[in-house]
Amino acid sequence: MGVEVLAASTDSRFTHKIWQEEELGKMIPGGVPYPMIADAGGLIGKAYGVYEELAGVDIRGRFLIDPDFVIRAAEILTPEVGRNVSELFRQVQAFQHVRKTGEVTPSGWTPGKPTLKPGPELAGKVWKEWKPDMAF
Amino acid sequence: MAEKQESCVKPAGGPISGETPEAVPSPENPKEKEVAAMTARVGREAPDFEATVYQNGAFKNIKLSDYKGKWITLCFYPGDFTFV
Repeated sequence: MGVEVLAASTDSRFTHKIWQEEELGKMIPGGVPYPMIADAGGLIGKAYGVYEELAGVDIRGRFLIDPDFVIRAAEILTPEVGRNVSELFRQVQAFQHVRKTGEVTPSGWTPGKPTLKPGPELAGKVWKEWKPDMAF
Repeated sequence: MAEKQESCVKPAGGPISGETPEAVPSPENPKEKEVAAMTARVGREAPDFEATVYQNGAFKNIKLSDYKGKWITLCFYPGDFTFV
């Protein structure tokens, strides 16, 4: 899939090191391999609209950025619900497919399902190509 | 980019606007639009930043733009040692 992951919180680089050693390394042998960003003061979180001043933390935001440095997808949750990584994988596959083929992926698309080719012939005829049960 | 010297306190880094210090945004300054673009939006360029990171046992400085040309997932989370 070829995606670089970066994680960011307002914790210091020292805290990141100890968390990696004390906890993450026990979930994943060797710990997580990606950079853990120390966003002291939430300056980066502010630029991404995820810094919560009342708590002084970056809430759970996820941004998918393409090779042209354009943000393609964003998801922001309040802290008590964790992410669904499968949906991130699906979005990466969809955006990579679109970038490669110029086709577009309708609701519920997963690899192997039909895509759509935008154009005058398709206008008003999507009902022939896509059925509501394909959303699931 | 390896760190030359580790210390107790380092600048937090943060967003890189590409602005020179004298180009302070003002109503007369058309560059104001570029500053507004610093807020992340889908379909727009990602706000670049520099930051200190911990990775593979080392402290390093990175810029998000170091990863330009690749697909990137940038994940924010509330804090180390939290529950979810």
